[in-house]
Amino acid sequence: MTDHDESLGTFSGMFGIIRRDLLLAWKRPGDVMNPLFFFAMVAALFPLAVGPSPEQLQFIGPTVLWVAALLAMLLSLNSMFLSDFEDGSLDQMLVSPLPLSALALGKATVHWLTSGLPLVLVSPVVAITFQMPFSVTGFLMLTLLFGTISLSLLGSVGAALTVGLHRGTALLSLLILPLAMPVLIFGARTVSLVASGDGVAGGLYFLGAYAVLVLSFAPFATAAALRISNE
Amino acid sequence: MLSAVELTLFRGERCLFKGLNFALNPGELLLLEGRNGSGKTSLVRALAGLIELESGEIFWDGESVRTHRQAFHAALVWMAHRVGLKADLTLVENLKFEAHLRTQSGEDFDEVLKRLDIDRLKRLPLRALSAGQQRRVALARMLMSRVPLWLMDEPFTNLDREGRTLVMELATEHLERGGMCIMAAHQDVEIGGNVQKIVLQ
Repeated sequence: MTDHDESLGTFSGMFGIIRRDLLLAWKRPGDVMNPLFFFAMVAALFPLAVGPSPEQLQFIGPTVLWVAALLAMLLSLNSMFLSDFEDGSLDQMLVSPLPLSALALGKATVHWLTSGLPLVLVSPVVAITFQMPFSVTGFLMLTLLFGTISLSLLGSVGAALTVGLHRGTALLSLLILPLAMPVLIFGARTVSLVASGDGVAGGLYFLGAYAVLVLSFAPFATAAALRISNE
Repeated sequence: MLSAVELTLFRGERCLFKGLNFALNPGELLLLEGRNGSGKTSLVRALAGLIELESGEIFWDGESVRTHRQAFHAALVWMAHRVGLKADLTLVENLKFEAHLRTQSGEDFDEVLKRLDIDRLKRLPLRALSAGQQRRVALARMLMSRVPLWLMDEPFTNLDREGRTLVMELATEHLERGGMCIMAAHQDVEIGGNVQKIVLQ
């Protein structure tokens, strides 16, 4: 619906948001580093507490890494719309003629690029502390790739619903966790299956399909939630 | 043309206005007056479509804005109480983002900044600017977008005397070009042209 507006494409706002928010992340690297640091800390502390037995570490590795990744993502969700809400940019986005769902997709994309993708990229390094073989590490990255995409998109819905509430973090986690459970279960189990030499195609298909499913509804749900919670 | 029919809005238990009607034609200014807390900002937000009205309907060019949201939002720019700009980005970066959200007027960027007296501040992050200078950046956003309807919520806040005069000049020019303006203000406003007033109790 851009018939009255030749110069702006439907996705112009989305690219604008991606550009602007990446620039903001660049200027405030702390926001990007926090969840990443949390992920690395949790994953690095476990082997110290569990002890040096390689079998045990290899056994719990996928589970711990996945739980740490999920929590790190949850940690960063709260801030997705918060600064836009506080400085009034969100109001300006809501009165833009562009479809709000495209803007919401832009926000979720930036969240994934700044929180999800870094997790995927550092996971092989962290996996070394669990003595994970290289063949398994590849699958860990693949499951995290699909999983973090789903989590960023699901998170955008929750973040939009709780943006008007002060200290909505607990509520946000509560809202998101049930929907994030399948991602955690299939993600962690798939990696464990690789480690024990079983077939993994099913798990990967599920994670991919779940990501596509969430991609198809989350931007619209986020847009609707933003209109409600920004009253 | 903007018209509002029987607008009613409650915030909590309190009725802010009831059965409010007005019509705004090209070249006209609507001035919203009232004490603090009388609902000026709420009315502006409701007109922008950010608050759900209890009842009543707003029409833009004869079409309900409920069903033609995008056409309506393409026609308005809103100078809100909060400037809606990113404190960590520079003036240029902020306005570049705005260009992604709204059709631009094609006015010369540097001319606009010079007119608003903020052309020296281009490279500074917005947090380094004073509150009044930030309001001027919000004004630049208005001038850079080509829309017929201006919604201005307390446009004079934080502005110095020159700034206030400038806002009135800009609004007058906008009205002369056939634009429309809705302004919530409690200062005296000297703007030529056709002025309507709504006083909220």
